[in-house]
Amino acid sequence: MSTATIGGHDVHVDQEGFMTVYDEWTEDLASTLADNIDIRLTDEHWAAIRFIRDDFKAMGETPTLRRVTTVGGIPTKRLFELFPKKPAKKMAYIAGLPKPAGCV
Amino acid sequence: MTLTLEAPVPVFDDLGSGRKLAIICSKGSLDMAYPGMVLANAALGEGIETHLFFTFWGFDIINKETMSHLQFTPLGNPATHMPPMLMGLPGMTSFATHMMKKQIEGIDVPDIPEFLEMITDSGGHLWACKMSADMMHLEPEDLYDRVEGIISASDFIELSEGAQTIFI
Repeated sequence: MSTATIGGHDVHVDQEGFMTVYDEWTEDLASTLADNIDIRLTDEHWAAIRFIRDDFKAMGETPTLRRVTTVGGIPTKRLFELFPKKPAKKMAYIAGLPKPAGCV
Repeated sequence: MTLTLEAPVPVFDDLGSGRKLAIICSKGSLDMAYPGMVLANAALGEGIETHLFFTFWGFDIINKETMSHLQFTPLGNPATHMPPMLMGLPGMTSFATHMMKKQIEGIDVPDIPEFLEMITDSGGHLWACKMSADMMHLEPEDLYDRVEGIISASDFIELSEGAQTIFI
């Protein structure tokens, strides 16, 4: 874990660039992070990001994709459209959370 | 003085591109169905093109009649660390199946039909083996709706060209 800048802000990140301190994340940063991976945030993206932020806070870990579908109510298909190829990791990156650790 | 650098950006789009996975599911017991499901789901989450080919006993996973009723038996399975003589008692298979299903549900992993739904929603492809369908006298309508087709072994060899193949 080291300090680096994202959008002009000093934050803690891991080696890959995922933010590691929950409270350092802001919605402004999310837009910069999304830009970094060529995603333009829409309301639907925000709904997913807010869900995984809230769920992380409540459960202490990044939710799996299945949880975003079953608990967050966003269909799996839609998640693959919103965050192509690697939805779980891309969501976590934009939301300033660690990669999900669960297998399923 | 410390110099703060711009944070690295994870590489998301290059890793999965071009990689392809084919999983042959040949077993129909509950404990042998899950490894294929879990791997397929993980590969899809990494953006990897994934095909599942169901053959022989693996057909039970996509047969509408059986897919919700896969069983686990501790009989002849030393990994359960139970006395072998007891494992053959009547009711033991349904008891062990019940326990395993509870454990799977307990860690928030879906049952087989929901898992297949999740896999296909994630872009995974399901294929049924022609020889098994012929042997078991099964038609496309007997199979889970999202199975894309009943295909021959050579069709599978063609479609898995360039894929890493896992046999379960």
